[in-house]
Amino acid sequence: MGHIMQFSTWIEFVDMGGHGLYVWLSFAIAIGVISINVLQPWMSQKKLIESLQRKFQRESKLK
Amino acid sequence: MNMLKKQLMPKWFYQMASPKWCYKITGQLLPIFGCAALGLLLLGTVWALLFAPPDYQQGNSFRIIYIHVPSAILAQSIYITMALAGAVGIIWKMKIADMVAYACAPIGASMAFVALITGAIWGKPTWGSWWVWDARLTSMLILLFLYFGVMALYAAMGKPSKAARATAILSLVGLVNIPIIKYSVEWWNTLHQPATFTLTEKPAMPVEMWLPLLVMLIGFYCFFATSMMLRLRTEILSREKRTAWVKELVTKSSVR
Repeated sequence: MGHIMQFSTWIEFVDMGGHGLYVWLSFAIAIGVISINVLQPWMSQKKLIESLQRKFQRESKLK
Repeated sequence: MNMLKKQLMPKWFYQMASPKWCYKITGQLLPIFGCAALGLLLLGTVWALLFAPPDYQQGNSFRIIYIHVPSAILAQSIYITMALAGAVGIIWKMKIADMVAYACAPIGASMAFVALITGAIWGKPTWGSWWVWDARLTSMLILLFLYFGVMALYAAMGKPSKAARATAILSLVGLVNIPIIKYSVEWWNTLHQPATFTLTEKPAMPVEMWLPLLVMLIGFYCFFATSMMLRLRTEILSREKRTAWVKELVTKSSVR
């Protein structure tokens, strides 16, 4: 398999033979959506654990 | 009755029904799938952008396939997963299955969105139009709306058990859309090109093109597993917050 780089300069790589905007936009959207789908549930889990910890702490103080 | 059930399904199926066990096992699986997703998606992206050859007709816009096809396949796989999990939830009254279905909906919707938007972006330089009312595109848009419907139903129904039942029925009915998406390119005259991957035939494109696509596809599946387990675990904790095991787990663990 010829795994040679398809572009010889950075400008060529960014331009993608005139299709640069389409290609880069597609990849950027995918990266954004994937990141949100990982970070958002991660943050909400962290928040939930923290709020439960506070709740259990309050309860143990009351006893 | 219990004995009879035990013979019907494998052991893990019943273990899965225990939220505590499920939380534990997904905690072990999560880093594996997370690392696999990150590694495969990075490898696939570099391969797709730098090393895969351009299409002789479409040029470099062809590289959009490495996002478009995996997200489209995933959007349908997630839908099937959601509907089947919903069915299991109804039939076996399994709460974990309900939670899996709940966790699937937003991920599936975002994948359908990515498939549609990258399709539109790809369509512009290839067909000269962002959108055509074509059978494949329209059935994919219906898939996105089905996801929105399921999510709206979850939001509208407060009680989880009631919401699970209603959404499961909606997603099972919507399942008819999946073969329509699949065969839309064969049943109707369409601008859309036929399937890239089939289980029975060799891909029409050369190996330098489809191998990175396969890497991306597996990467996308690992991403789905990661995101779904993250959502599932939060949902388990939230629904089980009054139980002793959650209290023990939360008070012992330091905040990550």
